Amino acid sequence: MIKMPESTEDVVVKLLRLANTKLPADVGWALEAAAGWESDPTAYSQLGAIMDNSRKAEFLGRPMCQDTGLPVFYVRGKFDSSLAGEISRGLARATQEIPLRPNTVDPITRENHGDNLGGGMPIIHYKPTDDPFTEISVLPKGAGSENMTRLGMLDPAEGVEGVKRFAVDAVLDAGGRPCPPGIVGIGIGGTSDLCVAMAKEALLRPVDVPNEDPALDRLEQDIFVALNSSGLGPMGLGGSTTVLGVRIRSAYCHTASLPVAVNISCWATRRATARITAEGVEYHQGAAP
Amino acid sequence: MKVIGSPLGERDIRSLKLGEQVLFNGDMITGRDEMHIRALSLARGGGDVPREILGSVLFHCGPIMRRSGEGWEVVAAGPTTSSRMDSLEPEMISRFGIRAIIGKGGMSREVSEAMAATGCVYLAATGGAAVSLAEGIKKVTGVEWEDLGMAEAMWKLKAERFGPLTVAMDSSGGSLYENVRLSLRR
Ligand code: SF4
Repeated sequence: MIKMPESTEDVVVKLLRLANTKLPADVGWALEAAAGWESDPTAYSQLGAIMDNSRKAEFLGRPMCQDTGLPVFYVRGKFDSSLAGEISRGLARATQEIPLRPNTVDPITRENHGDNLGGGMPIIHYKPTDDPFTEISVLPKGAGSENMTRLGMLDPAEGVEGVKRFAVDAVLDAGGRPCPPGIVGIGIGGTSDLCVAMAKEALLRPVDVPNEDPALDRLEQDIFVALNSSGLGPMGLGGSTTVLGVRIRSAYCHTASLPVAVNISCWATRRATARITAEGVEYHQGAAP
Repeated sequence: MKVIGSPLGERDIRSLKLGEQVLFNGDMITGRDEMHIRALSLARGGGDVPREILGSVLFHCGPIMRRSGEGWEVVAAGPTTSSRMDSLEPEMISRFGIRAIIGKGGMSREVSEAMAATGCVYLAATGGAAVSLAEGIKKVTGVEWEDLGMAEAMWKLKAERFGPLTVAMDSSGGSLYENVRLSLRR
């Protein structure tokens, strides 16, 4: 564990504040660009309302959306077992201070303790490395988009075309429910669990950073074009902006499988990263590799 | 932009055109899954529900609220996904005479039919525009069923130039969502 210039709990509160109140620059630019080419008046007014709202949220320091989601944490670098406790305390404090909406409930009784904690919460993915830092990223995920998640265990014979069709259908069937235009995270390969996790983690890559794999980069562009020519539009009310980006992560899979997962994110794709070194803490919203 | 105000009568509702943009002034209540379930189970058992539900403008929203003095202040209040209430809404509309539903993503054909029968519209608010929409809420006049939690409780709100809202499902069965769905290029 890196020696902390400030407590991890404080870092987590700041991270959650940054993620919830300030739209990442790449998402903001993508919205601006979309508004520039959108000719449908209803669509244009939706994009205008979104941008207006984001500016106000940043200026007032308020969460840009009332659904502050479930924060999904990604930790990378050097850390020890105390980290989970620090993140939990930071989240509970942020819930009061920012404030965040208390979203977590018991799945059966639906009881809400008001602190965004509870069994299995918060969600933290760990990747220990030998880097001389601890990096914590957070991706607050609202339920409107999360509820649209799909997993398909395709037959390998369905190939890339099958993957593309599955992803396009998932987004178009979701319609206006996940607050389009957002980012579509797609996982290809792995096992079912890894596939869904990859689809979500894919959302961490900014929309202006191309996929390193040329074949996946092409597939991202193909799906992007297919979705933006569909006519679904902002909020599903029609128009030419259905998504701001398509992000794919892949892994090898069983020779008899072709898993595909789609994890849609709304226009309010929120993310923030803190890189903690012995010298200090650096915050950014350009996410982790 | 056209401004509509509560109380909304059937005539006001039936005059709203599909695709039209409006602002709303007056009283509204919030309600999500749990509020619908409670209101219906009380009414089915012959019990009373808070009178604000009758003839209401129902906002599908789980706001972020902050205590301020004796009352509450709205921090952020955008619409939630309306389709989650699809199975409960027709009965809500017919029992309580809901006049307008504010939400996002649209609702089912069954809801549309219930809306047409009694005179109710669906107004689409921009999903996630929670800070801008909160500006159009001037006062929190009360809260019922707080035990359901902040998101699920029924908040009573006073709106002023709340919106912009798009008439996305009118009171004669028309739906922008349906129109878009039918013309989607896959
Ligand atoms: S889908 Fe996103 S923008 Fe829409 S209400 Fe949920 S969190 Fe907010």
